[in-house]
Parts: sequence; structure tokens; C-alpha cells
Amino acid sequence: MENSVKIVTEKLNLYYGNFQALKEVNLEVCSGKVTALIGPSGCGKSTFLRSLNRLNDLIDSVRVEGEVRIDGENIYDKSCDVVRLRKKVGMVFQKANPFPKSIYENVAYGPRIHGVRDKKVLDRIVEKSLREAALWEEVKDNLSRSALRLSGGQQQRLCIARVLAVEPEVVLMDEPTSALDPIATQKIEDLIRALKQKFTIVIVTHNMQQAARVSDITAFFLNGEIVEVGNTGLLFTQPVDQRTEDYITGKFG
Amino acid sequence: MRSLKERIIAVFFSLNGITAILILLGIFYLLLSGSFLAWRDIGFFDFLFGRTWNPTGFHSASYGILPLVMSTLMVTAGATVIAVPLGVACAAYLAEVASPWEREIVKPVIEMLAGVPSVVIGFFGLVVLNRLIARTFSLSNGLNALNGAVLLALMALPTIISIAEDALTMVPTEYKEASLALGANRWQTLRLVIFPAAASGVSAAIMLGIGRAIGETMTVIMATGNAIAWPRSMFQSVRTMTATIAIELGEVAYNTTHYYALFAVGFVLFAITFLVNLSADLFLQRSSEVTRR
Ligand SMILES: Nc1ncnc2c1ncn2[C@@H]1O[C@H](COP(=O)(O)OP(=O)(O)OP(=O)(O)O)[C@@H](O)[C@H]1O
Ligand SMILES: [Mg+2]
Repeated sequence: MENSVKIVTEKLNLYYGNFQALKEVNLEVCSGKVTALIGPSGCGKSTFLRSLNRLNDLIDSVRVEGEVRIDGENIYDKSCDVVRLRKKVGMVFQKANPFPKSIYENVAYGPRIHGVRDKKVLDRIVEKSLREAALWEEVKDNLSRSALRLSGGQQQRLCIARVLAVEPEVVLMDEPTSALDPIATQKIEDLIRALKQKFTIVIVTHNMQQAARVSDITAFFLNGEIVEVGNTGLLFTQPVDQRTEDYITGKFG
Repeated sequence: MRSLKERIIAVFFSLNGITAILILLGIFYLLLSGSFLAWRDIGFFDFLFGRTWNPTGFHSASYGILPLVMSTLMVTAGATVIAVPLGVACAAYLAEVASPWEREIVKPVIEMLAGVPSVVIGFFGLVVLNRLIARTFSLSNGLNALNGAVLLALMALPTIISIAEDALTMVPTEYKEASLALGANRWQTLRLVIFPAAASGVSAAIMLGIGRAIGETMTVIMATGNAIAWPRSMFQSVRTMTATIAIELGEVAYNTTHYYALFAVGFVLFAITFLVNLSADLFLQRSSEVTRR
């Protein structure tokens, strides 16, 4: 996959009522790369991520200004089809949230709502997605088991499989490993590195080592603004802005 | 000192619990012992499957409870058919669609409906619904099973709506977000994720609503006409178990077969409501297991 610009946000402002959570955010996200968003708690990382698939629409008080263009199309245009957008831009949440259904039903959920009926096709999608999420070997013998019985790390990979099953182009991940132990975390990080060949990945993380390990580009958020964006290696070794340096050296946050 | 006080409080509360259970057992015993006397005279099967209830028959009295059970079932089933879809849809609307201010207005109003005395509802049935039904279906009068069913539906609705709404809002938002983020629309999310996750809570709501309808007395006395014929349709006057007990117990001679037969009717009613409430309880237990993650 060539590295073209996939997502552009332009002068993105987002308000929760009177509170401005995002201020003039300009960011380019390239396909085939992993973009990490770092920053102290409450700086708007999740808010930004959720504005890329319009999940903030669920909150009544939210108002958005500016543009988010994905493949050149402004997703806040009236003509934008939110269902299609969310199919294209999948999301993995901080807390693994499989449905209280079987493993199979969790993965098949997305394809089903998008109109896949054929059992054979569904079987194939489920297997393919679970393989892509590196979970197949662990669950293939008992797909009808309740997803809630899986371990936390397995649940999170199941959630990733569930997203992959609708064949997204972008995968948003909001602190996907913050609730996991180091081994489960490593599995997910390996997975992210493997997936970036096929998908554009944007990941929020509190863990700077993790950002350094998995991402190509890092954006540093502070109080709803982007302070600095750059090549991950450079940003962590030679930050341009003093505030970035303070943050990555642990002087605050 | 403190431990003594705590022990006294603990004993006090356990005594309360035990008293409640003892009272329940006492009622059970009272009904059952009366029922046995009735069944000794009537015969258990003649009582349970007899098709005529005529305790004051000139030649011979008959105590078949079946028409009463049928009446109760018809009125309750009618109420269920009306109240369940309406109540569940309303709960879904409140939980998922309504804006906060709509919810703030509608919920208290619905809960107020639960506080309307049954006499008032019965009065409404007698005066308003009676004429409405008579006119719409060109009947001589509108005091029939349908009238009772509509009123009982009205009385079951608040229970169903408020408990089902609780169950729906208890579903973790993470499920909802996961579904929407996969591109599901609201309706798919409600149908495929939220309802299944809240299924046991919603079932419990329905059972509690039905339980309320089965036991209701005053309303059905006022609205269903109370004829003790074999009930054939919803447009016929019926006489439920509750109405029979309430009407006849005031006039019956003490210590007669008729007197004890009414106990036996009460026992059957007790058994039915007990089963309904028990199943509601089981559903509720299941639902707390699902939502407690
Ligand atoms: N639903 C909401 N209503 C009002 N304000 C909100 C809402 N959600 C978030 N905020 C506010 O917006 C700001 C950004 O929140 P956000 O969740 O995006 O931060 P974050 O960077 O993801 O933090 P964390 O690292 O702790 O997850 C915070 O100040 C928060 O209080
Ligand atoms: Mg966050």
C-alpha cells in the first residue's frame, strides 16, 4: 500500500456545550502507517478519535466546526452516510466490549447488519477476521462459547476481529491495551504492526514506550490542541516544542 | 455495648423477615385448609375441570372453576396483548430515543398512572369505555372481557414501562457504542444488542405487569359485567376469579361448601400469581447476572 494521505482534519473545533475540547486541530493521517496520539489525561485524544467516525454524534451537547476529510470527502457534510463512514472507519475501545453473545456472533455481527446472510460467507469472514486478529488458534474449537468467558486480552483481540470483519480501511484504537497485562499488551502490539500493512491505524495511548514501539507518526495533544506532530523517532528524541519535551521527559502529565 | 446494639438491630430485622414469611405461610395454610374442605365435598377434579359455576343452583349447586379461570385468562391475556407491545415500545422509546426533557415529563406521568386507584379506573371503564365499546361494535352494552382487558392493560402499563425502561438503560453503553461504531443504525442496535442484553429484565417487567393484572379485582368487577356463563368471546360478559370471590364472599353462609369453595378459588388464584411472580423473580435474577459484568 502506498503511503497516501487518508485523513485530513482542518481547523477542527469541537465543543461540549460551552467547553471547547478541540481547538483548531490540523492533522494528516497517512495510510499504511500507524499514527499515535499522546498527551496528558483530558487533553482531548479520545474526543479527537471519536470525531473521526462521528461517534461524538451520540452526545447531544457536542458541536463540531471545521472539516474532517477521509479520502477527500468531508464526513461532516450533510450528504455523508454515517453508516458507510463507520463501516469504513472501525473503532476499538479502551475497555474490551464484546457483546454478551458467542464468539462467532460477535464477529458475525458487523457483516450481518451490513447484509451478509449466507452462512458459508459468514463462516469464512469469521475465520478470516479471527485469524487476522491472531485469535483463531485459541478459539477455533469453540466458537459458540460466550465471548464474556474469554480473558481480557482475548476479548480485546475479539473486538479487533469484530472490527476487521466489516473490512474497514481505517482502525481507530483508544488505549486498547490500558487494561491488559504485559503479555496481552505485547500480542496486541504485534497485531498492530501486522495490521498496518492493510489498514490505516490511529491509536491513542498513555504509554510513551508503546507509542515509540508501534507508531510511525506521533501527535502530541495538550489542552485540545496539537502541539507537535512528527516522525515518532524524531519526536521522542528531538522534540521541537518545549512542552513536548517536558511531557516526554515526564516533567508533567 | 455497641455489639449488643448491633445484635438487637440484626434480630429486629430478621424478625421482620420471619414475620413476613410467617404471614405468607399463614395465608397459604388458611387457603389450603379451606380448599381441602371444599374439595372433600365437590371433588378435586370436578372443581378444577367443572364447566359450570353455580353455587346457588335451585336443584343442585355446581362448583366448576373453569369458567372463572377462563374469564381471568381471557381478560389477562387480552390485557397482555395490549400492554406488552405498547409498554415495551414505550420503554424502548424512553430509554433510547426520547430527549432528556421528554423523559423527565413522561416518566413521572406514567408513574402517576400507577397511583390511580382501581375504582377510578373501573369507573372510567363503566362510564366511558362501556359506551365506546358498545357503539363501536354495536353491542347492547360494553361491559365485557374486552373492556376489562383494556383497563387492566392500562394498569399494567406503568409497571411494564418503568421496569423495562430500567432494564434497557442498565445495558452498558459500551455495547451500544460498539454496535454503532460498526455501522449499525439505532434500530438494529436496539433490536440486536440492547434488547437481547436486557431480555430477562424486560421479561420480568412483563411478568410483574401480568401479575398485577391477574390479581386486580375492583376494576374487573366494575367493567366486565360479571355474568357467570361460559365465556365465549372477548365481547361477552365474564366473571373472573377475583370478582367471584369479592362478590360472593360477602353473601355466602359461613361454613358451607360454597364458603370453602371460595377459599379454593382463592387458592388457585394465589398459586397462579405466585408462579407468575416467581418467574418474574427468576428473570430479574438472570438479568442482574448479565448486566453485572
Ligand atoms: N461527554 C462529555 N461532556 C462534556 N465534556 C466532556 C465529555 N467527554 C469529555 N469531555 C471533556 O473533554 C475533555 C477531553 O476529554 P477526552 O476524553 O477527549 O480526553 P482524553 O485525552 O481522552 O483523556 P484520557 O487520556 O483521560 O482518556 C476533557 O476535559 C473532558 O472533561
Ligand atoms: Mg480518553
